[in-house]
Amino acid sequence: MTALFSKSVLAFSLLLGVSVSAMAQTRVDDAWVRTTVQGQPTSGAFMRITADTDSKLLSVSSPVAKDVQIHQMSMTDDVMRMGPVDSVALPAGKTVSLDPDGYHVMLMGLTGAIKEGDNVPLTLTIENDKGVREEVQVSAPARAMSSQMDMSHDHSKMH
Amino acid sequence: MNDFLTRRQVLTGMSVLGLGLLAGCDGSTTALDFKYGKDLSNKIMGRTFKLTDTQGEVKTLSSYRGLMPMVFFGFTQCPAVCPTALARAAQIKKIMGEDGKTLQVIFITVDPERDTPQILDAYVKQFDPSFVALRGTLEQTQHVAKEFGVFYEKVPAGETYTMSHTATSFVFDSRGNLRLGLSPSLSAKQCAEDLTTVMEVC
Repeated sequence: MTALFSKSVLAFSLLLGVSVSAMAQTRVDDAWVRTTVQGQPTSGAFMRITADTDSKLLSVSSPVAKDVQIHQMSMTDDVMRMGPVDSVALPAGKTVSLDPDGYHVMLMGLTGAIKEGDNVPLTLTIENDKGVREEVQVSAPARAMSSQMDMSHDHSKMH
Repeated sequence: MNDFLTRRQVLTGMSVLGLGLLAGCDGSTTALDFKYGKDLSNKIMGRTFKLTDTQGEVKTLSSYRGLMPMVFFGFTQCPAVCPTALARAAQIKKIMGEDGKTLQVIFITVDPERDTPQILDAYVKQFDPSFVALRGTLEQTQHVAKEFGVFYEKVPAGETYTMSHTATSFVFDSRGNLRLGLSPSLSAKQCAEDLTTVMEVC
């Protein structure tokens, strides 16, 4: 990931002749999607996002789902509440987790079952504080339901 | 050979001898001292549900007599709390070893409109082949949720919906008395410790 990052930034910098610091950077780490069983039309995608300027995650799209939404889960007195949100704030330099305990990406209307070993393409649309939008491409590996939080693989890519 | 078999043999023997003796295995449903979970021994909850399993068979609480049922309400399109709770239940079973064989995990869907028996069966079995899923009509679902004091509601999400619901796991002892409420915030190890307390009762 780091190698990929530096290389693409370097190439980009050389190409455009701009300084690295002037570029908007959003890093996506540890993205994964939960596998599904036959007939199950939805799944969740999880990741960690770090933006270098105050930004927000506006939307996510994926070719494997007809509708992709961002939902927030909250727990009060053991009652789990769920619902769609318009965006997720990404404060500068702060890593925001999209995990089963909070925000997550809902892949709805799946085109087929998501199996272990699949890589699910996700496109994140992120807007910075100046209103500039960028798209970040992520390839999220599918993981079984029962295993989570214990992987340190990094399959994310820079935009 | 081991505690588990012994306990089962004792239990079977007692069942043969009748309820009088069974009651003697602890005496009553007096409060239990749990380390992490909530004691529900004095609650009259979840006793009369009648739902259908994924094979189409009607099940009631007494269908699981002799086992330690752990009931969780959820829906298969649930992205977070349901898979986490079922994965935790599978882990609890492993931690408990032989004793874990008496733990009967029961997943009751709050979304019977979308959760078909086929999807439910495949869904729970991927966590552990011993897990069962129960499903009712909309009315039966309302009834069972009310019986357990479980909240659930549909939340509009684009053209479809997601759901909010109570995420407590409810544990009965082997005689069908409700005993323990496990919060989703507890670890598998903490749950296993409290479940051992339930097993010691009967």
